Amino acid sequence: MAKITYREALNQAMCEEMLRDDRVFLMGEEVAEYNGAYKVSQGMLKKFGAKRVIDTPITELGFAGLGVGAAMAGLRPIIEFMTWNFALLALDQIVNAAAKMKYMSGGQYNCPLVFRGAGGAAARVGAQHSQSLENWMANIPGLKVVMPSNAADAKGLLKASIRDNDTVIFIENEINYGDIGDVPDGEYIIPLGRAEIKRAGTDVTLIAHSRMTGYALLAAEELAKQGIDAEVVDPRTIRPLDETTILNSVAKTNRAVVVEEGWRFAGIGAEISARIMEKGFDDLDAPVIRVTGKDVPMPYAANLEKLALPSVAEVVEAARSVCYRN
Amino acid sequence: MSANQPPLDGLNYQGRFYDETTLHRIHDSMLYIRRFEEKAGQLYGLKKIGGFCHLCNGQEAVCVGTSEAAQAGDYMMTSYRDHGHALARGSDPTAIMAELLGRAGGIVKGKGGSMHMFDRSRNFVGGNGIVGEQVPIGLGFGFSSWYKDDGRVTLCFMGDGGINQGAVYESFNMAALWKLPIIFIVENNQYAMGTSLARASAETSLFKRGISFKVPGMAIDGMNVLEVEQKMREVIEHARSGEGPYIIEAITYRYRGHSMSDPATYRTRNEVEEWRKGRDPIAQLQHLMTEAGLSDEDAFKEKDRAIKKAIVAVVKEAEQQPEPDASELWTDIINDPIEDAYPYPGRVS
Repeated sequence: MAKITYREALNQAMCEEMLRDDRVFLMGEEVAEYNGAYKVSQGMLKKFGAKRVIDTPITELGFAGLGVGAAMAGLRPIIEFMTWNFALLALDQIVNAAAKMKYMSGGQYNCPLVFRGAGGAAARVGAQHSQSLENWMANIPGLKVVMPSNAADAKGLLKASIRDNDTVIFIENEINYGDIGDVPDGEYIIPLGRAEIKRAGTDVTLIAHSRMTGYALLAAEELAKQGIDAEVVDPRTIRPLDETTILNSVAKTNRAVVVEEGWRFAGIGAEISARIMEKGFDDLDAPVIRVTGKDVPMPYAANLEKLALPSVAEVVEAARSVCYRN
Repeated sequence: MSANQPPLDGLNYQGRFYDETTLHRIHDSMLYIRRFEEKAGQLYGLKKIGGFCHLCNGQEAVCVGTSEAAQAGDYMMTSYRDHGHALARGSDPTAIMAELLGRAGGIVKGKGGSMHMFDRSRNFVGGNGIVGEQVPIGLGFGFSSWYKDDGRVTLCFMGDGGINQGAVYESFNMAALWKLPIIFIVENNQYAMGTSLARASAETSLFKRGISFKVPGMAIDGMNVLEVEQKMREVIEHARSGEGPYIIEAITYRYRGHSMSDPATYRTRNEVEEWRKGRDPIAQLQHLMTEAGLSDEDAFKEKDRAIKKAIVAVVKEAEQQPEPDASELWTDIINDPIEDAYPYPGRVS
């Protein structure tokens, strides 16, 4: 166990997997000589050489497709998008090629690759560089969507993603890159599709992923002061979604709030609350409430940006509301 | 060939000797594709084939000549006009026909249809339905050969429509940067759906499209199968020896519509007839073989009858297959069980 940052944990995961399996390579913009735009690939060029840590031209659609072909041909590409905002240029390859290749080929070709990079809202970078797109990705059959909320999960989930035989959409969080946490040394694998209860509680279930898990934990502390014992569930893998852990928690607390940074319309919260309604309706003592980013493009001004994003206070407010404490 | 063996029958074409067996194999393949596509067109008319169906009548020399020049380990991929390519690569015609008919024994189990032929046993990697999408994927196969140093070459087909996609130029750039073993074969059949080359391309010499990326290119007669075979052999060796990518523009012509719903308003019947009468790839090869005394009209007619008969048998066999089992709906999506196959609690079996 070592105290390292979220970005170092990701780096460790990639290095360990590249040492273990020479089919694994890292490709993307500025991953090699620049050591990564967010320094996630720091030192990897030196460690593995230019054949396995490869700088690309700024050409997302092209190198995403390269990853698809290389994966079909038996390699294990890690394709880094500097941020997921730029992956929009590569959507055809992600949605129409990677996700469907196994099905379209009648099972003849797997597409074992990891598309990874920073997602979610960054700080003060405006509308085109601050957004959550995991609901787009999670809508596509054939893709797995993974979003770690802390350093240990970042390592364990990325190692599992690299070993997975399907295409994994691995969305990191730019604001979390510097977060320090206890990370197990060496082999540490978190199976995909398993949520984790980050805080046990009895009164209300807060379901939150990525950076919002931290907000939910802060909200839980505040709620505790107010006599409400909140349970925080981090799905960790958005798809396949571990609905069992979520439903079991709701069966215990009878109340749920879903927190997500992304937009409300057809978001992850909509999916999770629909599943709670479909399969856990009888356990509910109150309607499920969603706390989400506001349905606006991200503004630049500090005050407006803050307003556009969910806040800990909003999570507390929502939890109190489903507990009928307002 | 040792001195005491009798010389094989064959012919010399532009300095290369083709023996009789090879010529017949090439001829068989082109004729089989022609008749197969005609049959597919008929079955579409009878509504036995659904959805989209893009036929390659007239373009047979390109995929057949390329397959002849390639090695078994080489990767071959193309767009949605792919029946001919899969047949040229040696895939089972019954599996291809069963796919068109949506049957369980289809080449991709009835999940893909006309546009998505894949045959892993022959390194035939699709069958891609989005124009130009296959080009970056082909780049990835080329990359894998560079990474593994496995000596394979990727043969990546596209059309005169596909070459206008941005991803193609991203791919040219990276292929040249890293000297990847890939041949970009542009089947210039003169029309992207109904838009003629001149209406869609400022530079109509498509083999020049790699100049800015230092990808060399040349135009070849895509209606002449022996020329295709020879030129492809040269550039495949170029790529295999580590010299990097190459663009081949094969000038060819599609006799049928873009797909089965083509209005045919964008070209004249005369134009189609000129290509068909004057430059048909099968007729050209038959002429060469006849001149060389390797076959004659009667023999070709007999072969044609035999091929048509074989295709009728293929259709019969494919039609007898069942449709895919309903359970196939939920397979081949991911490598784990699908979590939400039955979303309603009441329906969980």
